[in-house]
Amino acid sequence: MLELKNINLSFESFSISNINMKLEKGDYFVLLGPSGAGKSVVLELIAGILKPKSGSIYLSEENITYKKIQDRSIGLVFQDFAIFPHLNVEQNIAYPLKIKGWTKTRIKTRVEELATQMDIFHLLKRNTIDLSGGEKQRVALARTLALSPDLLLLDEPLASLDVQLKKDLRAQLRKLHKSGQTIIHVTHDFEEALLLADKVAIFNQGKIIQQGLKTNVFAEPESEFIANFIGIKNYFKVSNIGNNSVEVAKKITFLCESQSSSNRTPKALMIHSGDIKLSKPNIEKESDKNVFPGIVTDIYPAYRGVELLIDIGLPLLVNISQKQLFQLDIKEGDKLNCFIAPKNIQKIYR
Amino acid sequence: MEYKPKNINLIFAFLSGLILLFIMGPLLGMLLDTPAVSIFDAAKEKEVRDSIGLTLGASFFGTLFFAIAAIPFAYLLARKEFRFKRLISGIIDIPVVIPHSAAGIAILGFVSRDSIIGGAADSMGFSLVGHPIGIAIAMAFVSLPYLINAARNGFEAVPVRLEKAALNLGASSFKMFFSISLPLAWRNILSGLIMMFARGMSEFGAVVIIAYHPMTTPVMIFERFGAFGLKYAQPVAIIFIAISLIVFIFLRWLSGKNIHA
Repeated sequence: MLELKNINLSFESFSISNINMKLEKGDYFVLLGPSGAGKSVVLELIAGILKPKSGSIYLSEENITYKKIQDRSIGLVFQDFAIFPHLNVEQNIAYPLKIKGWTKTRIKTRVEELATQMDIFHLLKRNTIDLSGGEKQRVALARTLALSPDLLLLDEPLASLDVQLKKDLRAQLRKLHKSGQTIIHVTHDFEEALLLADKVAIFNQGKIIQQGLKTNVFAEPESEFIANFIGIKNYFKVSNIGNNSVEVAKKITFLCESQSSSNRTPKALMIHSGDIKLSKPNIEKESDKNVFPGIVTDIYPAYRGVELLIDIGLPLLVNISQKQLFQLDIKEGDKLNCFIAPKNIQKIYR
Repeated sequence: MEYKPKNINLIFAFLSGLILLFIMGPLLGMLLDTPAVSIFDAAKEKEVRDSIGLTLGASFFGTLFFAIAAIPFAYLLARKEFRFKRLISGIIDIPVVIPHSAAGIAILGFVSRDSIIGGAADSMGFSLVGHPIGIAIAMAFVSLPYLINAARNGFEAVPVRLEKAALNLGASSFKMFFSISLPLAWRNILSGLIMMFARGMSEFGAVVIIAYHPMTTPVMIFERFGAFGLKYAQPVAIIFIAISLIVFIFLRWLSGKNIHA
């Protein structure tokens, strides 16, 4: 449906290079990366606000690289919503329809239909300056959807919303996606990608460093940067491989489950922070399989439970519940044993 | 010593009072010094009324006419980067910094019969020199920078994202300009139009060189002062100041109303 081929564009202090992306109709594609990575530039290139220095953009087999913005059938919702402050909610939503020369009655019907869909019918006569962030976002979305674009581009759509509004709008976006709308969504928040995307592209410093189905990218991040970015802190490069064991940083050896079907060599190991069991040193013997003695260097609250940074020769991030923290009576500087079941050690082959 | 902000406020208030007195003193002095009867007598004179009409009219239409090109020019300056932009920005301010009598001499060469514009007017049966159109040109020349700079500031304050959004929603560049950029910069543009109009109608130096007759009010004040003395110039000056203030306050009120509409 949409394809970007070798897109390059340079600015004075920043450039995006060799961007290749492919979307099918009905995809929910998330461009994930830190701020300033070049994600929004890609959106503006697709929308036609910017033109690439080289490369091509195809929409439904048609080369649209230099096609006029107005003729692309691509809707873009800006990060700050770009609501026209001198027009009320109704006039904002009606703006693209008026430009297309729709009749007043047709405009009214369409605006009311969109307002109902976005749950902003009661706001139609309101001045946009008084709207909350969430309301503005819905107005912007309704306005962009007014002409039923083939492709919807969302630039950090949830960034400025509070937790409840984020949840509501996510549900709205999911509904939109289910109705068949193709969406490209730019964000720096991996949770948004996790909850919404079916395909993701990870961006860093103007380049796509990994892309594919969300399940694949999240299961096998190709670098430590990607692993960290998608919330996996325990990502270790493999330094040596033994029989059913893998050595990391030339000092720690993890016993892993053997994979008879594959002759591939793992490049890295990944351990989810919730898959590590903690015990006091006297309970489990250090000689047991995959039990690593360590010292608690930091304790801080997490989205769920508590996170502990434990030095086992490597910094290991462990997630436990408040209850466990209380039961084990863990404090900074305590010695603990960390047990990682071999089945929970995931090998990365990419 | 303990810091007392009150002291500084007191000193600044005193200095502010001096400045206000400096502005208001001469005007109030002139008003108190002029008998009401002579003001009414001057107001009854057709010559005075015609002159005020000419001054307001020439400035008003000059402002409107030149705004048609000045506003798009301001938009370009606000939005586009191009070679010699700084030089061009400097050129715009020239009319403000040069002596206005010198500006008048320059415009005279521009509108006289020997010039293309003057020649064109001549072929239509009138001369720009000594004509209300010539006066309007002289007024616009010295007052245009006020409009261009105000409009430029207005356009610069319009977020580029709003214009991009309009384009993305299907608007052509023209439609985008008229439906987004212009309405959002309107407050500054209106303020610039008022300033240009006010500055144009108070112009003396450039206007007197283009047209001694028909007489604009600033020229008439000068003429009466030169020919008959202070007492004869004061009533016309008071009437003109009063009308200028009324027009100025009315336009400000109108622009304020427009903003909150």
